[in-house]
Amino acid sequence: MTRPQLQPKINMSTDAQPTHAISDSAASGGDPRQFNRLQAIARGQAVPIETHSAIAGEQPVISVDHFNLFYGSKQALFDVSMDIPRGKVTSLIGPSGCGKSTLIRSVNRLNDLIDNVNITGSMRYRDVDIYGKLVNVIELRKSLGMVFQKPNPFPMSIFENVVYPLRIEGIRNRSKLEEICEKSLRGAALWDEVKDRLDENALGMSGGQQQRLCIARAVAADPEVLLMDEPCSALDPIATSKIEDLIQELKGEYSILIVTHNMQQASRASDYTAFMYLGRLIEYGPTIDVFTNPHLKETEDYITGRFG
Amino acid sequence: MSAARKRISPAYQNYLNTKSTVFKGLCIAFTAAILAVLAFVTFYLLQKGFTHISLSFFTELPIPPGMENAPGGMKNALIGTIILIALAGVVGIPLGMLAGIYLSEYSSNSWLGAPTRFISDVLTGVPSIVVGILGYELLVAPISANISYWMQFTWLTRKLLHLFPNGTFNGYAGAAALAFIMIPIVARTTEEMLRLVPHSYREASIALGATKARTILKVVVPAATGSLVTGIMLSIARIAGETAPLLFTALGSRLLTLDPANPFPSLTVQVFTYATGPFKEEQELAWAGMLILIGLVFILNLVVRLTIHSMQRNKLARA
Repeated sequence: MTRPQLQPKINMSTDAQPTHAISDSAASGGDPRQFNRLQAIARGQAVPIETHSAIAGEQPVISVDHFNLFYGSKQALFDVSMDIPRGKVTSLIGPSGCGKSTLIRSVNRLNDLIDNVNITGSMRYRDVDIYGKLVNVIELRKSLGMVFQKPNPFPMSIFENVVYPLRIEGIRNRSKLEEICEKSLRGAALWDEVKDRLDENALGMSGGQQQRLCIARAVAADPEVLLMDEPCSALDPIATSKIEDLIQELKGEYSILIVTHNMQQASRASDYTAFMYLGRLIEYGPTIDVFTNPHLKETEDYITGRFG
Repeated sequence: MSAARKRISPAYQNYLNTKSTVFKGLCIAFTAAILAVLAFVTFYLLQKGFTHISLSFFTELPIPPGMENAPGGMKNALIGTIILIALAGVVGIPLGMLAGIYLSEYSSNSWLGAPTRFISDVLTGVPSIVVGILGYELLVAPISANISYWMQFTWLTRKLLHLFPNGTFNGYAGAAALAFIMIPIVARTTEEMLRLVPHSYREASIALGATKARTILKVVVPAATGSLVTGIMLSIARIAGETAPLLFTALGSRLLTLDPANPFPSLTVQVFTYATGPFKEEQELAWAGMLILIGLVFILNLVVRLTIHSMQRNKLARA
């Protein structure tokens, strides 16, 4: 990906329609670059989200609508609204502490494990309200697979790790387990490396292999969405590139939401990019546009390294 | 920021050095004193007891003093201790582990967590004689002939009376008293060991759609197996050496009994009885019994430490 231009062309009228307009300034319909969002955040004002129109053409798999999250009395996410497209890779970028991990953990309700978390607003996955009162969270989590920042294979054999989600389903047939295990490990580009040591302890593998094992394990559960929270940040560059290739291969069959603090990775590996700052979604659009032709000065400043 | 460094005169430096050396010397001296006392006790015990250990200690029953082959051995006491530990463990280990799992996994959302932890800690320090007397009052006295009038009134308690035809002191009460001591220890060590399991395992399992129960039983507890076993072995080492809880509950016996509904022999009570009795041969046998007892505790602790050591080495080799 080429470096973003320092003087982007300003193309306002057609592309600058925010689909979730919540501004209380003259930004909608006007020039979004005029409104200084950082000052508005410092003043405690609501900040409109700059969503590119290309997003509207995609079919959403997860819709976030006016989502707020509080850790006790401290607010971590402010009125986030976005539609995550199906079958594509969407990346969340932003400086440390901007709420990207909180947002992605909210999708599969992993924040339920933390005491004192309150949310308002809604998230929908395929017409199911994720935070609805009657929703079966356990079933939901099987469709929303997650890969964590630090590889966390269970202290069991490689085979047992990969078939753990199948055992949750109650599948006991050994040949079926082996078949799905091979399929998942092939899907994670790990089969050739481990096929003759499936009964060895998973903790004996290298970091990159462990992370690919975690991806295989997540894939074995047959999810529709893969949520990846900085999957490569604990890995060396070669393992990182292997996993980025893997993400491209998984793309069509799964919808992938990836959090990354590495902008080059976002520009290489994703189709859509969302820029977050201080718990707010600032800009969201196709990666090419966000990186070469960002609509907002704040996005441009972050991408060119002026802050964060 | 620094002004002229204050210089310390050589005399003062010497004074400081001397103070350091004296302090170090004191630490070493006191450690040596403690070790000397321990060594003295150990060797005294070994000397006193070793000569009286023979195969007959393990194979013969107690013989009344004055008869042939007196005083015999402590076979019944050894078997009794093993049976008591097994009975106490059957009740104490599952209950303790479940309590420990509750404290570690479920108690953060509940008001019950902190009081349970506190009470467990207090109970680990309860004097065992208190447990013994409690066991007598609750488990032995109600079935005695004088009080069992009240036990006739319900079907369940009548059935209980049938189980204890020989009256009152029984091995079940002794095992219950030992379990009472065992449960808080197992609960606290289980909780501590489960807390050491990295939180990332739980998150990964939950994110895959497992229920909390499955996560605990299939991921967290197996990850901590080695540590849990060492905790259980430490609690066994503790109750193997308890005397007071058994004095008023199992009472002790000179016969070989395998039925815990009778007064039940155990190594600790047998040693106590012989040591406080008037017969010289029995007192000598008590020394041998003490040696065996300490040897048992020593071996259990040694096995625990070796297991921990090899577990740590395995972890380092994998990392």
